[in-house]
Amino acid sequence: MSSSILARVPWQSPAIDYHAIAPEIVLAGGICLIILVDLFISESRKWITASLAGFVMLGALLPILTLAVSDSDVRTMFDGRYVVDEFALTLKALFLVAGYVVVLLSQNHVEEGDYYQGEYYTLLLTSVTGMVMMASSRDLVSIFVALEFLSIPAYMLAAWRKRDRKSNEAGVKYYLLGVFASAVMLYGMSLLYGVTGSTLLSEIGSRLTVEGQFGGVEALGITFVVIGFAFKVSAVPFHSWAPDTYEGAPIPVTAFLSVASKAAGFVALVTLVYVGFPRAQDVWQPFIWVLAAITMTFGNLLALRQSNIVRLLAYSSISQGGFILMPLAVAGTGDAAGPALQAVVVYLLVYAAMNLGMFAVVITVSRTTRSGEISSLGGLFSYAPALGVLMTIFLASLAGIPPLGGWIAKFGAFRAVLEAGSGWAYAIAVIGAVNSVVAFGYYGNIMREVWMKPAPHGETTTVRTPSSLVAALSITVVGTLLFGILPGTIMRFGDLVDLTGAFGG
Amino acid sequence: MDVLRDQNWVLSAGTFLPLVGVLVMLFIPKAEEELSKLVALLTAVATLGVGVYTLTQFDFDQADKLQFFADAEWIKVISSNYTIGLDGMSLPLYFLSMVVTVLVMIYSWNHIPSPGNPKAFLILMLILQTGMAGTFVSQDLILFFVFFEVVLLPMYFMIGVWGGEQRQYASLKFFLYTMFGSALMLVAFIALFFKVRGALPEGVEASFSIPQLVEYGGLLGRSAQIWIFGGMFVGFAVKVPMFPFHTWLPDAHTQAPTQGSVILAAILLKLGTYGFVRIAIPVLPEAAKEWAPWIGLLAVIGIIYGALGCLAQTDMKRLIAFSSVAHMGFVMLGISTLTPMGFNAAIFGMVAHGLITGMLFFIAGSVKERYHTLEIARLSGMLKQIPKLGWILGFCAMASLGLPGLAGFWGEFPAILSAYSPAVGLPEETFRTFMVIAALGTVFAAAYLLWLFQRTAFGEPKPEFAGGDHGHGAHGDDGHGDDLHDVNIFEWIAWTPFLIAIVVFGVYPQLMFKVIDPAVQVALRAFGG
Repeated sequence: MSSSILARVPWQSPAIDYHAIAPEIVLAGGICLIILVDLFISESRKWITASLAGFVMLGALLPILTLAVSDSDVRTMFDGRYVVDEFALTLKALFLVAGYVVVLLSQNHVEEGDYYQGEYYTLLLTSVTGMVMMASSRDLVSIFVALEFLSIPAYMLAAWRKRDRKSNEAGVKYYLLGVFASAVMLYGMSLLYGVTGSTLLSEIGSRLTVEGQFGGVEALGITFVVIGFAFKVSAVPFHSWAPDTYEGAPIPVTAFLSVASKAAGFVALVTLVYVGFPRAQDVWQPFIWVLAAITMTFGNLLALRQSNIVRLLAYSSISQGGFILMPLAVAGTGDAAGPALQAVVVYLLVYAAMNLGMFAVVITVSRTTRSGEISSLGGLFSYAPALGVLMTIFLASLAGIPPLGGWIAKFGAFRAVLEAGSGWAYAIAVIGAVNSVVAFGYYGNIMREVWMKPAPHGETTTVRTPSSLVAALSITVVGTLLFGILPGTIMRFGDLVDLTGAFGG
Repeated sequence: MDVLRDQNWVLSAGTFLPLVGVLVMLFIPKAEEELSKLVALLTAVATLGVGVYTLTQFDFDQADKLQFFADAEWIKVISSNYTIGLDGMSLPLYFLSMVVTVLVMIYSWNHIPSPGNPKAFLILMLILQTGMAGTFVSQDLILFFVFFEVVLLPMYFMIGVWGGEQRQYASLKFFLYTMFGSALMLVAFIALFFKVRGALPEGVEASFSIPQLVEYGGLLGRSAQIWIFGGMFVGFAVKVPMFPFHTWLPDAHTQAPTQGSVILAAILLKLGTYGFVRIAIPVLPEAAKEWAPWIGLLAVIGIIYGALGCLAQTDMKRLIAFSSVAHMGFVMLGISTLTPMGFNAAIFGMVAHGLITGMLFFIAGSVKERYHTLEIARLSGMLKQIPKLGWILGFCAMASLGLPGLAGFWGEFPAILSAYSPAVGLPEETFRTFMVIAALGTVFAAAYLLWLFQRTAFGEPKPEFAGGDHGHGAHGDDGHGDDLHDVNIFEWIAWTPFLIAIVVFGVYPQLMFKVIDPAVQVALRAFGG
């Protein structure tokens, strides 16, 4: 039976633009290579897998560069389901660089912890591949596949410290809530497919747009999909997994989750909102408004109470997520659409640099202090001035103090919101302004430990920084400073036309 | 206009030269303290050299126009440019910041506060200098905001690391207050941009350029202006600080190391008042008229409150800090009249307060170093023990209370006078009432300053410090008496320029007024001169 149906459908092999998917091919090849190499090298030389993983990430960046300079701006495949445009390229580059930095962060940690190195880097690469795919996905199915592709390895990585109960808790919590979110999202997607008859985002977009005729099913579908991604980006009240997972997971994995995985969630959210539901803003705008407001507020308030640095960073990253959501809360309002998209993209880029940098410092310092408490950072400036200054730079950037990267990110978000100019927009701008002050409460608290407190006894040995961490710190600090002082370097990314232009409006 | 655009590298050099020094210093080992100090001092002197050059090249006949004007693309996508320029209103403050930094550096040569580490301390000071100079030359709102914020962190660390016992509390309070103000200020700036963009005539491209906003800001509706002004008001008023946003100031000043207090008083507070005269009022004239009586009210409350606060203090440094609240009240009163006279007085007052109060903080630092206390009740008879320091204190107290012939007078007196006839459209009776209250404030000022001088300088030295006369403490345990030496050479070098400037500007105020006035006339064009 089934064969006869297939026979009746005229099937044609889709044209594949190999140049466009070269990054994914490199990554896939790299994954296979690492698995193979891992089989044949002795235990003492497993570090090779780490280097390989790094090279693969960088290798995948090459085709992205060639694509960026190539003539055709937008490459579309599979009837518009997979698109490589400037927006996608920017974010792919972000994921790959972030992935590379995470490899650098992991190198010593994983090696010294005697974890399973080959498997670790395989899973890391797989997850990055999922993210790279996510940046191009313009179809409910490909978005979902990319999402699972990036999530499932991450569940395993979170539980990587297998003999540690906290790490197990981290993995299980992340897995259970992640799967639950996927289920909710799938339900929403099925509703959307049901009412529009298509999984292609641009078609959903055009069929949802008959204004005034907006049924409850459509609204439910949109809401469920947004909720699914709200889990992914750990927006309050769907954030409860984040602190425990972040605390329990190995720190490099935490860095990966809080930067790359979160960015991937935002990318999907942006794509959905701009391409899938561009004129259904009456449904998602108020919803995202509320999410943004409570996410930044609660993230901040809870962060104020933390004494563990990683947990604090978890809440801080929740709160930063609220800031990234903020422009989306007005993204459907006329003129604000362009600046809002740009604000999200710029924020993601800056956030990746400064947050990874922050984790790099924490990892470096904790190699000496062997503690995750904020108080263990006491006197850091006096015995390791360079690390103290770096940490100050990253913290100040996270707090949004010019001329560091974080301020231009916050500035972009405020600008987008104020461009919308409605009462709601002003309200969230004020909430954001107050929150950025509150945030300094905990960032400043860490600075205070670093600069003004005496070192806890015995911790005055100089901190030895392995070369991979030096590299990670350099990349991130250069990014943080460059983005802040010459924002023009990143503000050119994320133009609205790049995203929606691929769909003819 | 070409003359004004010549040599447009001068301001950038003056602003960023300190950062070059910072880069050099990063490579100096921490142990080489002398070398660090030398490099920092040389950098500051070189920066001052650029400042002096700027002064010589400044065309005083065109002080109303922006000179050394430079305009380069910076963040194109948000229409913000690297626009800098200097006119008569910013020149005195720009130059003052450079002078103060050099003198503070000299003072630091043998006064690095505990816990030491001159390298970090001086690096922070150089970064501060860049932020201050940059704020005064910025002609673009975003650039202004960036520089305005750059000063925050160095000052936070300066107070928090090198400060007194309550330093951590004081530094955090300082930071949170200022940051709260600037967050609202930023929102106001962006809102202003969008509103002005909506009102621009055909063919004009919107930007954050201050001259352009001054030109078109008046097009905005009244209520929009009032709201935007409100945001800026909070941002600037916290920095000034105006009553009721002043509570961070006594703590910050009291806890900061001497150098921090001097810079804070001499320059940082002026960033707020400068924001009013450069941005808030010229750009939003309608709102300024609406807000002016309230600003005036808060200013006179500040004057009286600051004075009463002074009378209640038992700590010399804290007293000087409260006197800042009162003095900045006079400055704000002058500004709130929206008249050229008031503005002139305000800018003169900013510089005079910078010189005088900066000097007073220097003295407080030196007193603390000698007596290990600033408690007024324990100090006495300075004129007998260390007469030079005592007389300098007396001199500065006289200057601070507004004695004619010294710089302080020309900030206060015209400010009070200008309140007699505020700008057209402002309630005359109200401002005359303010005038009377402010005049009363000068009496209080005389009271608390003379009282301070009397209690610390007159009379016999307290027995606990009496050993100082003989050079060695009677207890033989490094008693306080050992430290009672009079003004030393570094102090003389650092202080003499201040003292001379106080006299010169006091005797011949026209020197500064003639520079300020043309620019003030431009800033107040919207109010009919």
